[in-house]
Amino acid sequence: MQEQDVQMHVNGKPVSGKVEARTHLGDFLRQAVGLTGTHLGCEHGVCGACTVIVDGDAVRSCLMLAVQADNCDVTTIEGIAEENGSLHPLQEAFRNNHALQCGFCTAGMITSLYAFLSENPNRSDEEIREAISGNICRCTGYQGIISAAKEAAAKMAKDNRN
Amino acid sequence: MKASAFTYHKPNSLDEALGLLKSEEEAKVLAGGQSLMPMLNMRFVQPETVVDVNGLSELSTISFTDRVELGALVRQKTLATDTIIEQHLPVMREALKWVGHFQTQSRGTIGGSLCHLDPASELPMVALLYDAELQVASASGTRVIPIKEWGLAYMMPSIGPDELLTKIFIKPWDKPYGFGFQEFARRHGDFAIAAVGCLLKLKNGVITDIAISIGGVEDVPRRFIECEDELRGSNYDINEIKQRIVNPLNQINYLDDSLVTGSYRHKLLKGLLARAIEQAGTRTNSD
Repeated sequence: MQEQDVQMHVNGKPVSGKVEARTHLGDFLRQAVGLTGTHLGCEHGVCGACTVIVDGDAVRSCLMLAVQADNCDVTTIEGIAEENGSLHPLQEAFRNNHALQCGFCTAGMITSLYAFLSENPNRSDEEIREAISGNICRCTGYQGIISAAKEAAAKMAKDNRN
Repeated sequence: MKASAFTYHKPNSLDEALGLLKSEEEAKVLAGGQSLMPMLNMRFVQPETVVDVNGLSELSTISFTDRVELGALVRQKTLATDTIIEQHLPVMREALKWVGHFQTQSRGTIGGSLCHLDPASELPMVALLYDAELQVASASGTRVIPIKEWGLAYMMPSIGPDELLTKIFIKPWDKPYGFGFQEFARRHGDFAIAAVGCLLKLKNGVITDIAISIGGVEDVPRRFIECEDELRGSNYDINEIKQRIVNPLNQINYLDDSLVTGSYRHKLLKGLLARAIEQAGTRTNSD
């Protein structure tokens, strides 16, 4: 069994360890780093639950090897809120709009929308729907998620202006 | 599921990568990983060795002289925002709207799409429209393959186990010309049930040149030459076109699978093809 050294920043903190080459980033984050907020659903890139942010881009953590994230900056759902614990506008909006029920898809929804809206918060309904078309939710029917995304986008656009 | 164990190499130069592909049997090339990783996780493939080419920065460039030169490692996200692509290959940007999701475009590469060669993949359809040439390298040298000779069979490109796709050369058409891309999938970003790309030149209301590529309906995406020949030289009249495409559409042996029937694909392709030609037609004069 061939093990590889990896080091990366996860939610701003340095992390290093040894991993088998075949370990994907999602398993590394959950098992080696202990951040179980990233959920693994289908493990073949369809459900979007495992989405994390690597060097600013939303990626499927099941479709990237942990060794490929060597020297990268990774943000997971645990890194979205402020350090003092106050929620990010997306998290607030998800709560306000009943955008989650069982919560399995929520981490992937929020990391996807975080990357998407941070790049540009001024998005149409159509664009928001397209952005989360790669994230499957089996509970909500999506309408609450769209409402939450719009509420958060407005707040993020306002924060950008200030 | 989890991938089976493999030996991992991350070469820092093209020579090193080609040396590994020559010496290692059963090696798989890992580029963006958006097709290979699912296949590894589901154990559809269990390679002895994985050669990760993401360190080959020389394969990540986009340039233009008299043709667009794309490194095989250029990411789909980059293609979707690059100004050379916007200016010279606008139909590629149009097609990218249908390629996976933004979370997969951030890693997926053009070379990966061409080598995986899914029947429904959009980027090979764009390469087909422009008669792209693909440069493939191995330890014993390089060769250039015309795109029409690339797809040998279902998900089987014309590339050896010791070879690496390095560059894609695409010569744009002389302007003005119109372009269209139409696709239908059950959910945005899913594999196309049927897809059509089209480039179109008109002069005095007559089709002087046309390129059509089709995907999702057969084992390999391809140019729809029979239909191009039928339409070249005829009037640009959408009702007449709808009649003329019937016969070529009848000649296709449509995929019939657990998702949809062949006759459904036939009907879809008929509608999408007319729409793609019309979309291209409305753009021929806007340049």
